[in-house]
Amino acid sequence: MSEQTTRPTPRPVTPRSRPRWATHVVLLIGGILMVFPFLWQINMSLSTQAEVTSVPPSWFPAKPQWSNYSAVFEQVPFFRQFLNTALVTIARVIGQLLLCALAGYAFARMRFPGKNILFALVLSILMVPYQIYLIPQYGVIQNLGLLNTIAGIAAPGVFSAFGTFLMRQHFLSMPASLEEAARLDGANPWQTFWRIMFPLSGPALSAVAILTALASWNDLMWPLIAATYEEKTTLAVGLTSMQGQFTTDYPVMMAASFLAMLPLMILFIVLQRRVVEGLAHSGMKG
Amino acid sequence: MSHETAGAAVAPPRRRRRAEGWWPLVFLGPLMIGIVVFYFWPILATVINSFSTFGPFGGRSFNGLANYAELLTDSFIPRAILNTLIYTLIVLCGIPLAVCFASLLNQKGLRFARFYQVLFFLPAVSMPVAVALVWRMIFNKEFGLVNWLLSAVGIEGPYWVTAPWWSLLAVSIVGLWASLPLAIIILGAGLRGIPAELYEAAQLDGAGPVRQFFSVTVPLLTPSIFFLSIITAINGFQLFDLLFAMMGQANPAMADTQSLVYLFYSEAFRQNNQGYASVIALLILAIIGLFTLLQFRLQRRWVHYE
Repeated sequence: MSEQTTRPTPRPVTPRSRPRWATHVVLLIGGILMVFPFLWQINMSLSTQAEVTSVPPSWFPAKPQWSNYSAVFEQVPFFRQFLNTALVTIARVIGQLLLCALAGYAFARMRFPGKNILFALVLSILMVPYQIYLIPQYGVIQNLGLLNTIAGIAAPGVFSAFGTFLMRQHFLSMPASLEEAARLDGANPWQTFWRIMFPLSGPALSAVAILTALASWNDLMWPLIAATYEEKTTLAVGLTSMQGQFTTDYPVMMAASFLAMLPLMILFIVLQRRVVEGLAHSGMKG
Repeated sequence: MSHETAGAAVAPPRRRRRAEGWWPLVFLGPLMIGIVVFYFWPILATVINSFSTFGPFGGRSFNGLANYAELLTDSFIPRAILNTLIYTLIVLCGIPLAVCFASLLNQKGLRFARFYQVLFFLPAVSMPVAVALVWRMIFNKEFGLVNWLLSAVGIEGPYWVTAPWWSLLAVSIVGLWASLPLAIIILGAGLRGIPAELYEAAQLDGAGPVRQFFSVTVPLLTPSIFFLSIITAINGFQLFDLLFAMMGQANPAMADTQSLVYLFYSEAFRQNNQGYASVIALLILAIIGLFTLLQFRLQRRWVHYE
């Protein structure tokens, strides 16, 4: 401490004078524990069934079994489910970006009777756990003839109160002068929105897109009930049916579950800052 | 437009007085159709369903409060509430851990911060079902790592996935692990709001790092910790994916380990008992409503938005 106070620099580099190496040791151990399940998963996905079930455990495959990964595509309708998951996610992300931005803009910038009551009603959805909606949603999808379709799995998640809330907050924070200028040039509200406000909404749109993609890709409950056929469902559901009652090919199961997580992991590593910002928003949802 | 600028001088908060006409309808219509069909109507329908009984081939009949009466006599309900509570409490134990890691990760000028973030936040983007399958292997009775470690210190590990209380503990440990990233992110936002001057002042007063942590960081972080606790509790009461994937539907221990949401799922979509399932859904709503109310009551006191 004494060297800190006698040093001529007015402000210490760090608020806390903690020994650096201790911080790094703790963070490294904690961090490795956090990712350990993924490392172990990769290890198992490249092992033989005998190695996976051996005691003591095998820490490295004697010979990496890359064939486990090709087996994934042969044994289960994995590719089909991968495609379904991707299509559902894309439909939801595009749908939400458009609908939530439009509605968020209306709630933030337009004047019409009953606006505040309507917005409060939309927000009230967030207070209600999703189990309340599930049975009737199933009925709606059934009546529309959309069970076992991409559209049916995607539909309820296209409409989001939380996305609307995020977009409204964003539009409220934008300066009014931009719109004034557009209006003076004779643009109608749609042109103002589409040409000026929407393109300036990058950060808010990316938060909505990332949260929707995560929720949609990883969702289990809704696809589980909205699609009953193996080739019509998503990866999350497909994985749960992979563990057979008596014989499960563990290495292939590990390879499949790793492949199922890979797209979002890559997204996270590439867009790290954006994803963390998006996740920070999800805390508000509660 | 000149009269508009003249008017601005008289009334300062000049709002554009311009007829918006049908435009709000165009902007809101698409979302509202979906919200009404998939959210507003279902709320009403679930309330109606809760007073109904369903025939095996469709068709519904009014049965008054029979479903509610069933809720009171169903012995699975108290057990499911207990299981959900135990799970939630164990996951809440992760918060002190998250506070430690968050304060380490948010130090100014920390090197490799992005790398550590990847390590700590990866579980937040991972499919719960997929990680549950991995953890199922780690908790395997015969060849799992956990029991291998236990055997190294002379303990014979239990059936983590098929014995009632042990499986709940295993699912809870995985839930704790999975909840850490979001907790660290939320606490990180709170930590960045603590003024650096406070640490400098504490340092001048001769407080070491540990003292600073307990006298500056923790007290100023209590709003975030409270907020996080409520969110964690609400999420905990939604336990389904991890339980479903780690144990599997055919698991003999499921009846003793199921959560409230699992019970709802099984009544609604496996037993086809939609009237009773609606009552369970309303029970979940009531419990979560209680947490939300608590949050609103308390947040007046401790949350300040910038």
